[in-house]
Amino acid sequence: MSQPVFAPWEVPEAEPLIRFESVSKTFGEFTAIDALSLDIFEREFFALLGPSGCGKTTMMRILAGFEAPTSGRILLDGQDIAPVPPNKRAVNMMFQSYALFPHLSVWDNIAFGLRREGMARDLLAARVDEMLRLTRLEKFARRKPHQISGGQKQRVALARSLAKAPKLLLLDEPLGALDKKLRQETQFELMDIQEKTGTTFVIVTHDQEEAMTVASRVAVMDEGKLIQVDTPDRIYEAPNSVYVADFIGNVNIIQCVVSPDDEDSRVRLEWGDGRTPLWAQGEFGAGRRLSLAIRPEKIQVSRRKPDGVANAVYGEIVDIAYLGNISTFHVRLRDGKMLKAQIANTRRISRRSFSWEDHVWLSWSDTAGILLER
Amino acid sequence: MYRRLLIAVPYLWLLLLFLVPFGIVLKISLSDLALARPPYLPQIDVSKGWEGFANFLSGLDFENYVWLTGDDLYWKAYLSSLRIAAISTVLTLLVGYPLAYGMARAPREWQPTLVMLVILPFWTSFLIRVYAWIGILSTEGYLNQFLMSVGIIDIPLKILNTNTAVYIGIVYTYLPFMVLPIYAALERLDGSLLEAAEDLGSSRAGAFWLITWPLSRPGVVAGCFLVFIPVIGEFVIPSLLGGSGTLMIGKVLWEEFFSNRDWPVASAVAIVLLLILVIPIVLFQRNEDRAREAER
Ligand SMILES: Nc1ncnc2c1ncn2[C@@H]1O[C@H](COP(=O)(O)OP(=O)(O)O)[C@@H](O)[C@H]1O
Ligand SMILES: [Mg+2]
Repeated sequence: MSQPVFAPWEVPEAEPLIRFESVSKTFGEFTAIDALSLDIFEREFFALLGPSGCGKTTMMRILAGFEAPTSGRILLDGQDIAPVPPNKRAVNMMFQSYALFPHLSVWDNIAFGLRREGMARDLLAARVDEMLRLTRLEKFARRKPHQISGGQKQRVALARSLAKAPKLLLLDEPLGALDKKLRQETQFELMDIQEKTGTTFVIVTHDQEEAMTVASRVAVMDEGKLIQVDTPDRIYEAPNSVYVADFIGNVNIIQCVVSPDDEDSRVRLEWGDGRTPLWAQGEFGAGRRLSLAIRPEKIQVSRRKPDGVANAVYGEIVDIAYLGNISTFHVRLRDGKMLKAQIANTRRISRRSFSWEDHVWLSWSDTAGILLER
Repeated sequence: MYRRLLIAVPYLWLLLLFLVPFGIVLKISLSDLALARPPYLPQIDVSKGWEGFANFLSGLDFENYVWLTGDDLYWKAYLSSLRIAAISTVLTLLVGYPLAYGMARAPREWQPTLVMLVILPFWTSFLIRVYAWIGILSTEGYLNQFLMSVGIIDIPLKILNTNTAVYIGIVYTYLPFMVLPIYAALERLDGSLLEAAEDLGSSRAGAFWLITWPLSRPGVVAGCFLVFIPVIGEFVIPSLLGGSGTLMIGKVLWEEFFSNRDWPVASAVAIVLLLILVIPIVLFQRNEDRAREAER
């Protein structure tokens, strides 16, 4: 238990490996990256998460040196990397399309970067074999890229970009082309490799589950801006905006207004005429308009009104989404507002206690939700 | 039934347009020169039935081929044709590759126009275009007039009726056959491969030699064969632009047919030329097959 938690971003004097200082990138009139500042630390597994077109690839290409920032600076180990061309940067990129050289064998693809360094033959062979072992590709060394499967191609691309032992490895949607099962396996493989090699990884993805699985920190992006940069659990449990809460996982958003009669560290929230006010943790002045975000799995479902719970509302089940391990209930409140609640399916489905058109109580504690200002 | 019919079409085509003419030429090449019409013997005498056919067969021999080995004009012409074809192929490649490369790197919306421009010369007659070169290259031609007016030269250059003019004509005429396959190969090239090469530490020039060049090689090989094969038998360009020193087998063939009216020898020359061409044609087919293989 004595192992210290890896969290260099909480150490004020820690030097980042990468520092974005108000970096912008415009294409003509269009702003792809908007005054973005960010620190990424050594040995981090950093995930960039955001919808398609929000500037993730552009950020990677700036790091790799294929695009120059329109304004701002990027420091790698404290050095401005603007004048360093891509072939001289201690940064390697795994391309979204893998970009394997079709005329070279798997072995030669992996050796490509090492040959450019002019590495001695026996050292080179040893390094390539090590990479093949690491990515479990020994059997395919002599094959050409068109003779191997998608998952194997992806591993070749990874091995090739790792071979030069870069300070920073950029992975642009590396698992995008894989099916779900292979994807999950590969995610753990990636984490394993990252741990073994100690390389700093920056991974781009638009799959929030993937970001949550692999990353030490996640940056949620939208339209060229960072909305929140935090650890996966904080992103999930304490989103800083409706955008982030909505982007990561499932959430109920309730628009509400703070009412005057609050208590210590919690506020009463009006959320519509005739509805019983809700309670939530937080300190806000009366009259503030806020959004209350509650994850469906934090809401309990019961037939009778539970006692001693801060919030309870009554409604009718209109839909049940059975997902195997969990079920999501879509519940319509008396005035038409819909809420989602999730419960784990610990029993067989035939013995499930709720079904369509059942009237149920939804309840949650005052700490279950989070109040968001934007 | 329908499928068989469909498959039969190309074979029928091959039979009619290649095998039958080839058979006729082969037969003539085995015949003897005669003052007759047509100017060779023997002919099949159909009225005598089997006997006529047997007589006909016994009249055929390889005399003309033996004749070809006897006169060094022929093998010199073959060799010279091969040499001119090889040199002009290299020249066409040197001009065509940068052209194709530039086309492939031009903005997307420009590329169809550029391809059009490469094909455009085909819209006018080949003969007229070669004649136009006479006007440009002759002693009083536009090129010499221009060079003298600028003051680079005092005496007009003698280009027309030399091998230089032949090379210029061939490169000009066959350039599209070189440019188009190379362009097709370069245009397919995924730009991220070059970025990957740079990312892995290679320079721009290095990325060209290590990635672009090998990946465009099937196009280069195809282009070279498309130039080399027809140029060996080329007749119009050497006879219009070349001089007395330009020795090409196409010209020899023409003279045997039309000046000497020696159809049997001319046919033997043509058959030997075909045999020579079989080698590069087979190699070309192998290259095409391999390129198709790599694409899958
Ligand atoms: N070279 C370019 N020229 C013009 N617009 C570009 C260029 N590269 C990217 N963009 C635009 O920048 C935005 C961000 O693109 P990108 O970084 O690829 O997004 P993603 O987050 O999906 O990877 C997109 O709207 C894209 O159209
Ligand atoms: Mg992208």
